[in-house]
Amino acid sequence: MSDKYLGQPLVRKEDPRLLRGDGRYLDDLGHDALAAAFVRSPVAHARILDIDVSDALDVDGLVAVYTHEDLPDRIAEPLPLLIPHPDLTHPRTPHCLANGEVNHVGEAVVMVVATDRYLAEDAAERIVVTYEQLPPVVGIGAARAAERLVHEDVPGNVAARSVQVNGKGDAHQAIAAAPHRLTLDLEIERSASMPMEGKGVLARWDADDKTLRVHSSTQTSTSVRLAVAAKLGLPPDRVEVVTPDVGGGFGVKIVHPWPEEILVPWAAMTLGRDVKWAEDRREHFISSAHERGQQQRIEVGFDGSGRLHGLSVEIWHDNGAYTPYGIIVPIVSSTQLLGPYKVGAYRVEFTSLYTNTVMVTPYRGAGRPQGVFAMERTMDAIAEYLGLDRLAVREANLIQPEEMPYDQGLVFQDGRPLIYDSGDYPKMLRMIRELVGWDGFEAEREAAAAEGRRIGIGVAAYVEGTGMGPYEGAHVKVETTGEVVVSAGLTTQGQGHYTTLAQIAADQLGVAVADVTVVTGDTRRFKYAVGTFASRAIVTSGNAVAVAAGKVAEKAKRVAAAALGGGVEPGELELVDGLVRHRDDHTVSIDLRTVAVLSNPLRYAFDEAAKAATQFASVSSSGEEPGLEATGYYMPERSTFAAGAHGVVVETDPETADIRILRYCVVHDCGVVVNPRIVEGQVHGGVAQGVGGALYERIVYDEAGQLVNASYMDFLIPFATEVPQITTAHMVTASGLNPLGLKGAGEAGVIPTSAAIASAIEDAERLTIRRMPISPSELYELRKGRVHA
Amino acid sequence: MSEQRHQVTVTVNGVTRRAEVPARRLLADFLRMDLRLTGTHLGCEHGVCGACTVLLDGVPVRSCLIFAVSVDGHAVTTVEGCCEPAGELGPVQQAFHECHGLQCGFCTPGFITTITAYLEENPKPTEEEAREAIGGNLCRCTGYQNIVAAVLRAAELKREREATP
Amino acid sequence: MKPPPVVYHGPDTVAEAVRLLAEHGAEAKVLAGGQSLVPMLNMRLTAPARLVDVNRLDELAYVRTDLHGVRVGALARHADVERATHAFEAIPLLRQAVRTVAHPTIRNRGTTVGSLVHADPCGEMPAVLALLDGEVTLRSERDGERIVAARDFFVGPMESACREDEIAVEAYFPRPRGRTGSDWREVSRRNGDYALCGVGTLVRVDEVGAVVGATAVYIAMGPVPQVVDVTEAVAGADIASGVAWAAAGQIAADRLEPEDDIHAGADYRRHLARVLTARSLQAAYEAVAP
Repeated sequence: MSDKYLGQPLVRKEDPRLLRGDGRYLDDLGHDALAAAFVRSPVAHARILDIDVSDALDVDGLVAVYTHEDLPDRIAEPLPLLIPHPDLTHPRTPHCLANGEVNHVGEAVVMVVATDRYLAEDAAERIVVTYEQLPPVVGIGAARAAERLVHEDVPGNVAARSVQVNGKGDAHQAIAAAPHRLTLDLEIERSASMPMEGKGVLARWDADDKTLRVHSSTQTSTSVRLAVAAKLGLPPDRVEVVTPDVGGGFGVKIVHPWPEEILVPWAAMTLGRDVKWAEDRREHFISSAHERGQQQRIEVGFDGSGRLHGLSVEIWHDNGAYTPYGIIVPIVSSTQLLGPYKVGAYRVEFTSLYTNTVMVTPYRGAGRPQGVFAMERTMDAIAEYLGLDRLAVREANLIQPEEMPYDQGLVFQDGRPLIYDSGDYPKMLRMIRELVGWDGFEAEREAAAAEGRRIGIGVAAYVEGTGMGPYEGAHVKVETTGEVVVSAGLTTQGQGHYTTLAQIAADQLGVAVADVTVVTGDTRRFKYAVGTFASRAIVTSGNAVAVAAGKVAEKAKRVAAAALGGGVEPGELELVDGLVRHRDDHTVSIDLRTVAVLSNPLRYAFDEAAKAATQFASVSSSGEEPGLEATGYYMPERSTFAAGAHGVVVETDPETADIRILRYCVVHDCGVVVNPRIVEGQVHGGVAQGVGGALYERIVYDEAGQLVNASYMDFLIPFATEVPQITTAHMVTASGLNPLGLKGAGEAGVIPTSAAIASAIEDAERLTIRRMPISPSELYELRKGRVHA
Repeated sequence: MSEQRHQVTVTVNGVTRRAEVPARRLLADFLRMDLRLTGTHLGCEHGVCGACTVLLDGVPVRSCLIFAVSVDGHAVTTVEGCCEPAGELGPVQQAFHECHGLQCGFCTPGFITTITAYLEENPKPTEEEAREAIGGNLCRCTGYQNIVAAVLRAAELKREREATP
Repeated sequence: MKPPPVVYHGPDTVAEAVRLLAEHGAEAKVLAGGQSLVPMLNMRLTAPARLVDVNRLDELAYVRTDLHGVRVGALARHADVERATHAFEAIPLLRQAVRTVAHPTIRNRGTTVGSLVHADPCGEMPAVLALLDGEVTLRSERDGERIVAARDFFVGPMESACREDEIAVEAYFPRPRGRTGSDWREVSRRNGDYALCGVGTLVRVDEVGAVVGATAVYIAMGPVPQVVDVTEAVAGADIASGVAWAAAGQIAADRLEPEDDIHAGADYRRHLARVLTARSLQAAYEAVAP
């Protein structure tokens, strides 16, 4: 094993294909497949009185129309509750097609299959559904008031109520006894993952072989496979799920099975034809998941130095109409809220509420941006109250490096204890202080003020649990050509796994990265995996690849030792530069690809090299199972905790209230870095989404439950002109929990962005911000009233 | 209710292509469905995201907002046509590779075509101009910083390649 | 999001286009750049039975400048107007404004005349036509050509005086009189988005540089482009202090009745009108100040 590639900023192996236009995204497949389209509810809450399809029947190219009535038993049942939890007392999941009632605009009611998508939409447009409208519940306020119910049998619209305490005393008593107290009411609005490629499914049924192949733009192929098999009543062995190139996920594609992931394969089986559904942008807005929306009440007790004695947080979480993904988001909010701090006695209670809106499931950050917003707004409020420096208040509460591992006394989203494994938070804050120019800022502010400009500085820190279990796996194989093929079970959506996993395998096997090919998300190649979400891929799959490749390396040494003879012991061999050689005498060596040949004892030679493995060749047998390959798994004991701090300088126009980011700085610690180029890219992308969430993006429902900005014209994803240049600095506190010392990096950039920007605007404007995102129009109103709540 | 079909002839990436399509066939779908050039992607179908950007007679346009029948007799360049004649990566593509200007790659074709045309107009952009030049294309992965860098690097590569034919 | 079925006509001459509209006008839509029409088709918010595609009418692909002003043919793209140096030299406001129409890729296809007919109250070019007191030439089989002044052309939000049997063949933007400076500015959420408030201004000065006239036009501030004459606030006023510009802004703000939407409140829009008017007038003045 070497560390030739670990930590190198290699360019990506996946790029050339994608750059030439040779990518294979879902809608690029299945050229001749039938196309599906859906009739979706135009109203937020209603009973379905009648569905009249007669007018659609004369549409040219129509193949089939399906309503709930047409679905066989298993498919007619509600979709599975993916993550049950004892506190989720009233879980509700949707049907594939609405069963007599719709609970949000966009819920699928009728499925249409036609020869192409144009014609499928023609038919869908002609189907008349008669609704008896019911009063909708929109917004957390209406859900809490519970004057109307989303689900008749769910009292108070409450899906779950959950309390956690950290075992460090009674929070309310600690707050009451503290020298100072503050109460904050906060709100974060709804947003969405919004990958550039929507979801999509293509299914092919081989009636002779009784085999179903499903392509899905998903973040988990293995789990889709099991869900599809269960719903369609097929032996899992007869279902293959293949993930093509995926045009971004950011969380929304970890949810599964989506109705379409069941209906499209079922239609393909029923019709005996390939069927494809490629979600369009409007469908994505109104029927794929959203996130973020929360209200929070914070009570905090602290002393004169700003040190927290007690913290009590109540969270009201909008979970939309259904809860297939359980209560993961509010659990993450309420645990990750603590960040790098010791808060004294902590109590958190969340209420997860139904509304007649699209369901809420993780979007990059997955509840953390809201939690960090709560904590960091609290830090700023304390500093303001005490007249202290905002960084000083944070520093007063930091967990110190020598306190690691630090047990926060809570249960995390993986069901394991919330124990921070490593980190150096004081150093992290020192670094961000320097990087963003905290100490020199007052001079900068004065200089700007002299020009009539208004600027402000803000900072926010976070800790992020990454690399959660239960496990990931990989298969590594050395071909007789010397090529190494890594089949990882999880999927990839742009994170560069074809490169990073190749780097890890190449180091283990002493081969060039160019000789390693990585395959992901294909259940034909690897069947046991969990998925790509929660900043877990490189930790879990990276270590699994290391385990598998390590096994291959050991096997290679044993086979090579037998082949080399002369009393060479496997333990004396090393894998370097495509060779297995004696670590002291480099003249004793054998090509790794020859070892691969010898690993498969042959009766029949198929090429020149293969002759060496046939029975009359003089090589002695190593007694190994055939094939220079191995499967490896990594099962983390618990999550590993990455951390970071962001610093930002904003300028606000005193007249127009325009908000501009002048400087954006990131200090980031994700343990040992496999590929700094890729980590940096992840940070950039996260920050851009964070900027979107802070200043531009919001999902807006009106009182009737209509999503009023369901387009890219009105849901304002930032363009290049809205995203600042980002300066990053890295620090490395390796994780002791996994062999490679890795921590996850995928979500980092987005987590503290709203908190940091709120802090900076507050600093520029000398007013109080209690809600994000914030637009210039809102800042203008805020200036009039001085409080944004 | 059979739709009238129209014969459409378009020079795509230098090759004359013909197909018979309904009047409402969007240029993007004409490329993808009829010509099987799937490098052009549809990200929003309402003209905002820019993933479907192709060059029409050398000028960037949204192929989701143009009907194939309207461009009968014209020339279209797609991302597949932004490679070097021998098939190596073109300067913009190479720059994206070097600068890590793509992650999931879905929006990338629209950036490649847009920047390819832009560098013809402005061969030596400043960083600010580069940012402006890509200001009409959405990317959800990269945060744009490396794409801006790729624009500048592409300009360099283009000059180098033009200097050494 | 695929457009509904439609019957397509691709006339090669204006005469043929006009004949098609005479026959099918009630159920036809003219397709020029399509940058507003096709999104609506893709979303199936509109479903005309026929499209009359004018993209082959090369005779209308012109931007011409003469002593009196700039004539823009129906097939001239926004980008053509933006690039035409002669048009910029004659009327700088044209380029100042057209540069803020969406993003360059949209301007490469969208036509200026098409945006006039579309009559979006957030559209820049209708406002420019209104401020310059320009006109639109319409042609039909019934009436031949008729010329409609901007003030009569913009009837309401997304509603122009162009009848369904007519095609708008040309827009005429007259040169401002005398020594006139112009400016265009807007505040939008993202670069290239529709403006929350947009302002175009003309400031006319006499031989010694004293302000003798000033007008402003607003987008996103009412159902049609709103032209406000603010001469009373600035003519003969002491320009150096900036008070006059601010007073003009106040006059405009008092006259406008913007509405709330999800991106901005009405109060904020009115406030922007006040601020942008002052800034814009000053910039327009500085362009011609001695």
